[in-house]
Amino acid sequence: MSSAGIAVFIACGLIALLSSIGTIVVKSPIRAAMCLLVHIVALAGLFLSLHAHLLAALQVIVYAGAVVVLFVFVIMLIGPAVPEQATTRGLVIKSVATALMGILTLTVASVVIGFAPDAPIIDACDPTKGAECGQFGGVGGFARHLFADAVVPFELVSILLTVAIIGAIAVARGRSPSEIEQAKKLAAQKAAAEALPADAAAAGGE
Amino acid sequence: MHIQLGHYLVLSTLVFGVGAAGFLIRRNALIQLMCIELMLNSVNLMLVAFNRYNPNNHAGQVFAFFVIAVAAAEAAVGLSIIITLFRLKKTVHTDQVDTLRH
Repeated sequence: MSSAGIAVFIACGLIALLSSIGTIVVKSPIRAAMCLLVHIVALAGLFLSLHAHLLAALQVIVYAGAVVVLFVFVIMLIGPAVPEQATTRGLVIKSVATALMGILTLTVASVVIGFAPDAPIIDACDPTKGAECGQFGGVGGFARHLFADAVVPFELVSILLTVAIIGAIAVARGRSPSEIEQAKKLAAQKAAAEALPADAAAAGGE
Repeated sequence: MHIQLGHYLVLSTLVFGVGAAGFLIRRNALIQLMCIELMLNSVNLMLVAFNRYNPNNHAGQVFAFFVIAVAAAEAAVGLSIIITLFRLKKTVHTDQVDTLRH
């Protein structure tokens, strides 16, 4: 890997790690969303250093352009959130869980360091490999693999996205005034139906 | 100094740990959703890094592509659930949404 690649890895890696810590540490959700945005852009830089150009572009378009914007919209809808009250509830379990997570992460990281193959990274392009190497991670090479080997999952993803959109609308949609009216009417009918047999029983007893 | 596969894997593991710890510590549903995104992103980084060391195909990158699509769908549904929750309970703190706990 060239020295520029090393610089990109160190800079983007540091930014990604620090901004991910920022996401979980800051108090207000909007600052967390901004930290997430920085994290996502840094990750796109790391994708570039891994020669995954198309994914870097997709990362910026889908995550920074859609997901983070969605988060910001929801924060805007919910308004200035109620401040998180200082609570001692679950403090022990939280600290134990965090400590376990830290130990687990460090263990996995050290194991990974020990077992990762010592393979050198493939440099920008090997001239002997010609066009094939140049297309690695680009639109051409990526699309050839996507549409040759993974076309069924690709179509399934379109169904998934449609279902997600319909589900999101169905869940988030409030009731219209007429629907509220109808629900009230139904409730009244139900109450009347429940009251009737009781009245009849009371009348029979007399 | 050479950047090797292990460096990327360690970075990805650390980010995943940060996301998982955040999910456990924080009680704001919005930030918990962001932590899920962090974890999905770290897995993406790992997949792309593995793919870089086996450049004969694009399997890892295609997987990362699908993970991005699933994460987008998950964010849409999760955020709509949070909006409904806020409408019903006037809060997004998961500590105060414990009707099913008792």
